[in-house]
Amino acid sequence: MQHFTSLAPDLFALEIRDLVKCFDRPAVDHLDLTVRAGEFYALLGPNGAGKTTTLRMIAGLLRPDAGTIRVAGIDALADPVRAKHVMAWISDEPMIYDKLTPHEYLEFIAGLWDIAPELASPRAHELLHWLDLLPHAHQRCEGFSKGMRQKVALAGALVHDPQVIILDEPLTGLDAGSARQVKNVLRERVRSGCTIIMTTHILEVAERMADRIGVISRGRLIAEGSLDELRRQAGHRAGHAAGDAAMTVGASLEDTFLALVAEQAEAA
Amino acid sequence: MMQAGTALWFARHEWRLAWRDWISMMTAGRRERLPRALFAIALFVVFMHVVAYWIVGPDADAVADKALLVMVSASIVLSFFLMISQAMESATRAFYARSDLDLILSSPAPTERVFAVRMATIALSVAMMALPLAVPFIDVLMTRGGWRWIGAYGLILAMGAAATALALTATVALFRTVGPKRTRFVAQVVAAVIGAAFVIGLQVAAILSYGTLSRISVVESQTVIAHAPALDSVVWWPARAALGDGFALACVVTLSLALLAVVIVLVAPRFGEYAITAAGVANSSAASARRSAAFRSTSPRGALRRKEWLLLRRDPWLVSQTLMQMLYLIPPAVLLWHNFGDGNGAYQLLVPVLVMAAGQLAGGLSWLAISGEDAPDLVATAPVPPRFIVQAKIEAVLGVIAVIFAPLLAVLAFASPWHALVTGCGIVVAAGAAASIQLWFRTQAKRSQFRRRQVSSRVATFAEAFSSIGWAATAAVAAANLWLAVVPGMIALGVVAGARFMSPRPQWA
Repeated sequence: MQHFTSLAPDLFALEIRDLVKCFDRPAVDHLDLTVRAGEFYALLGPNGAGKTTTLRMIAGLLRPDAGTIRVAGIDALADPVRAKHVMAWISDEPMIYDKLTPHEYLEFIAGLWDIAPELASPRAHELLHWLDLLPHAHQRCEGFSKGMRQKVALAGALVHDPQVIILDEPLTGLDAGSARQVKNVLRERVRSGCTIIMTTHILEVAERMADRIGVISRGRLIAEGSLDELRRQAGHRAGHAAGDAAMTVGASLEDTFLALVAEQAEAA
Repeated sequence: MMQAGTALWFARHEWRLAWRDWISMMTAGRRERLPRALFAIALFVVFMHVVAYWIVGPDADAVADKALLVMVSASIVLSFFLMISQAMESATRAFYARSDLDLILSSPAPTERVFAVRMATIALSVAMMALPLAVPFIDVLMTRGGWRWIGAYGLILAMGAAATALALTATVALFRTVGPKRTRFVAQVVAAVIGAAFVIGLQVAAILSYGTLSRISVVESQTVIAHAPALDSVVWWPARAALGDGFALACVVTLSLALLAVVIVLVAPRFGEYAITAAGVANSSAASARRSAAFRSTSPRGALRRKEWLLLRRDPWLVSQTLMQMLYLIPPAVLLWHNFGDGNGAYQLLVPVLVMAAGQLAGGLSWLAISGEDAPDLVATAPVPPRFIVQAKIEAVLGVIAVIFAPLLAVLAFASPWHALVTGCGIVVAAGAAASIQLWFRTQAKRSQFRRRQVSSRVATFAEAFSSIGWAATAAVAAANLWLAVVPGMIALGVVAGARFMSPRPQWA
């Protein structure tokens, strides 16, 4: 049985070097990416930019054509089982079993991650309480709404106390209440030292929650940093192109993101 | 142009959907496979005509005496029971499958008209499903015995209508008595029991009377023929209709269609209400019996096995299918009981039946455990080697097989240890082969797609069936003469090896 504590802050939770994945065209193109331990990192990009492909490679769901992935210092390609011990993956489509109850689902995940029942059981209870799922803990998931299903999936991801949580569009289709609960839980996890890497199309979420934001386009990281740093990068490039620096002052993440992506598209 | 919203317009819509569904099923969703599928169907039709010629060719000119009427009636009752089972399955799906029900119920179209068409479609589809097996026999009988046999086609249509009427009545009755929450499960179990009841009844009667599994021995028995009703009895109308008696055919067809019409008129107006009630049940969650807050200690493999068993137990359709396969084990069990201590002859019959059943059951369960994983990403991101996951799932499947077959093997071991040993080995090999084939041809699917699992790979479906048959034959021969079993054993092994050779390359995940 294993139980992990949070990583030392000076350690990289995720290090990606020269990552390549091609389908009929390059989906991820020599990508380099690092995320520090305890950081909330948002990965943005237009549809088909390679965000989900990148995350699926990190989670061990897709084999890269080239490159290296280290999760909490563990080589995820050479030792995927050890890397998976410290990771949790949540996609926009909740991965739950209709015929299991949330309680049974969490028990299954605790068993799968080999967590001792005396650790997992109170943690599961706490998570179900946080996510307002306690009244439904012994009902089968088949009748649950999308929001409830996503909360069950989130509880499942957290029950084994991961150091790194990878989320692919976790707020898609959630109502305001459910989205807030999920965001609160994620914030709390970051405060307790967990690292979160998340893709989202809801730019406001990235703007409010992320410590750093990476913008990916055509499989490459085209900009990275805090919102201010991104504004500067966008403004700097726009200034070069149009002779002004308007982007540096008060631009929203949406303006900044669109400017960065448009510039990349023009360059291509 | 057909006027929108009429019954005929809805019928055309249903027909188009059914036709495309059938094409998709035949071609596994790839239209370029259509010529190959048509060629395979043509081959099947020719093959079935040869089989039919061999079985009924000499009887085409038979006189309609009591013996023939008993035989034809038994065949009709057997088919009718299967049709009721199929119709009940379709009627249950019509209540509970959401698909386009929301669209229909939210549209301003008269819903009773839509549902009336849909019920008539069930009758037609039930009749159509009987045709691939019936057509070759009717063709041969027509060729050899004259046009009088064409009445059999009318009889099939009538049987489809009557079976649907009875199935709809039974389903609605269940809905009103046991409630929408339990109807789905109960109806599927009842459908499974009805489908198997007549065959099992005949087999059990044959065992108790003649000590054989052959159901034909009952309908051929002089006792049954002697006690059958007189030749002019109404009981023989369906058989006479099949034999070309125009009056009997007209009566049977008219009565069946009238019965269906009455049921549709009574049920269709309330069908929307039933569907809405059923939807309400589908959206509510069943409570789990176990409410203990504490988790049980288990290994990752144990967690996977327990999850599989829990999901298998809670799948009503699967439970009904497994129940049906277990019902078919009743005759061998009765044979075992009836002949206990009487010698090897009867046990020899049991060996292939049990091995075949184990192979088929293992194939279905393996598909559910391996391909029908509803949370593939979750399992793939678990910190266990992929081979552990597969092993745990196969252990779960073999565990179910062991629970079902162990009691029969235990009884057989007391009666004939040698037959029990051979059967046990056969069950393990057949189940292992079926699980391996499902593993090699694994796909990513939802458990709800189980009934269409053969669509994803025809090779896997045929390989699984031929492997089960091969191992059943091997075990049967081995029980009599161990060395002779080498030949069927090599053929069965060849089938499994061929499946391995044709299987797609495994993908890393």
